[in-house]
Amino acid sequence: MPFKIIASQCTSCSACEPLCPNVAISEKAGGFVIEPAKCTECIGYFEEPQCVAACPVDGTCVIDTSWPPYQAQA
Amino acid sequence: MNAVVGRREYADGPVATGKMMQPAAEHKGCRTSANTGHASCGSRAGQGDLPTGIWEKVKNHPCYSEEAHHHYARMHVAVAPACNIQCNYCNRKYDCANESRPGVVSEKLTPEQAVRKVLAVASTIPQMTVLGIAGPGDPLANPEKTFRTFDLVAKAAPDIKLCLSTNGLALPDHIDTIVKSRIEHVTITINMIDPEIGAKIYPWIFFNHKRYTGIDAARILADRQLQGLEMLGERGILCKVNSVMIPQINDHHLVEVNKAVKSRGAFLHNIMPLISAPQYGTVFGLNGQRCPTAQQLKVLQDACEGEIAMMRHCRQCRADAVGLLGEDRSAEFTIGQVMKMDVKYDLEMRKAYQDRVEDERAAKVTAYQDGLAKFTGEMSEITLLVAVATKGSGLINEHFGHAKEFQVYELSTSGVKFVGHRRVDVYCQDGHGEEDRLSTIIRGIDDCHAVFVAKIGGCPKSNLIKTGIEPVDQYAHEYIEKSASAWFRSYLDRVKSGEIQHAKRGDAAIRQGALISAA
Repeated sequence: MPFKIIASQCTSCSACEPLCPNVAISEKAGGFVIEPAKCTECIGYFEEPQCVAACPVDGTCVIDTSWPPYQAQA
Repeated sequence: MNAVVGRREYADGPVATGKMMQPAAEHKGCRTSANTGHASCGSRAGQGDLPTGIWEKVKNHPCYSEEAHHHYARMHVAVAPACNIQCNYCNRKYDCANESRPGVVSEKLTPEQAVRKVLAVASTIPQMTVLGIAGPGDPLANPEKTFRTFDLVAKAAPDIKLCLSTNGLALPDHIDTIVKSRIEHVTITINMIDPEIGAKIYPWIFFNHKRYTGIDAARILADRQLQGLEMLGERGILCKVNSVMIPQINDHHLVEVNKAVKSRGAFLHNIMPLISAPQYGTVFGLNGQRCPTAQQLKVLQDACEGEIAMMRHCRQCRADAVGLLGEDRSAEFTIGQVMKMDVKYDLEMRKAYQDRVEDERAAKVTAYQDGLAKFTGEMSEITLLVAVATKGSGLINEHFGHAKEFQVYELSTSGVKFVGHRRVDVYCQDGHGEEDRLSTIIRGIDDCHAVFVAKIGGCPKSNLIKTGIEPVDQYAHEYIEKSASAWFRSYLDRVKSGEIQHAKRGDAAIRQGALISAA
């Protein structure tokens, strides 16, 4: 399942953007958004999702349950 | 806490005062004696023991030189919003134009917008000599934006000094780029060297693609900060250390921090009071963590003073502050206004203006010497604090009712020493004094024996006298140090003659609230 950014909580600090290994994060309407199709939950890249670990406002980068789980490539 | 921190005798008594008298204008021919390790004059009027190379770097830097901050201005550009650590005294969600504290900005800029703003400010305020990047996050957590801004400014305005303020976590990785960008000054915020204490200040850090918490996080942070400080010293970059004094968490420990940073070559130590009013929504603010009083802060600063200069004129300014310290003009330079301005960067005009400032400074130093000469041979045990209303240039030139802050000086027969400033609510609004404001002003300067003003109304005057603070307006528009010495002399005479009795004053509260932009 990809991560999503809760728009009302995002301070638009940009901490997450350069860290995303999939270049899935971009700025939009005063905040940042994750393109769900590109998000791999950082599986295969890092131990923890970079947007979650770097975001200074806890509970802002969360799992988007409306999407199926990401399947890591074997 | 007084008993624990202890109060060391001032290492720079009359001897250092003598050094302060070196005229600022004659810096070029000054001898250098770097091996004494005594840099107490670095933040004061003259070169003192500082090597000429360092003095040249700091003499016009308002954040490094207490004396320069009366004459020169600085600006911050907010190009670095991201941060790699979380501090319990910082709330990054909060952003208010009426507030002045680190981490707060009204608008974030791109490097290109930042350069345009720098040129606009430098053309309007010729005493603007320093550009700093201090967040609102950490400049080194935003290395691309930070260094691109510095490079663009260095090309467009080569006379402006560049500096950087960081939490130090990413510092060791960027030392070479800092050198290449010709950054002359770096400030590192170091609040602890003991990870157990650090765990109470920092809930987490983000390092090497991983979030660390607790003692592990604090240990990594402290190691990286001290490593970065050493690396800066090896490359000849001047480094100031900022520390936030958090009562019952790191207040006693900061004496250890002071020793650690001094031994690693820090040039100036700035111990600032915690800002923890609940309305700022920080973890400390919401937990009821209190901030230190003026006396506690001064005791700690005095305990750390010695071989390293203590900075006492910090205004804990916004990350997008513009202008002289304590006089924020950022509201005049919003990006919308800057884009409309017709900017012509005139190096010659700036140089001519700064030459005039230098003449003014030299006159001030002479006036200071004249004032001091009167104390030759006279000794007294009495030491007291006075508050001064000033708009800058080292003069008593502010009306009591218009003062947004008071500069506090310690007077003794060995000299006049700047020890800090107290921010207050402006007493006079629309021509009328407000009585509740007067009581908050008195709370802010309650440890002072006198308040020096250019002018004061009858009502606040009588209230101040009732409180035991003497309002002094006979030195209007004269130099602070000279006037304070003269007044202190007459005070001692009055004590000697039995006309008044010297009594100790109480403590004072540090005002946490807004320093509203200059109207």
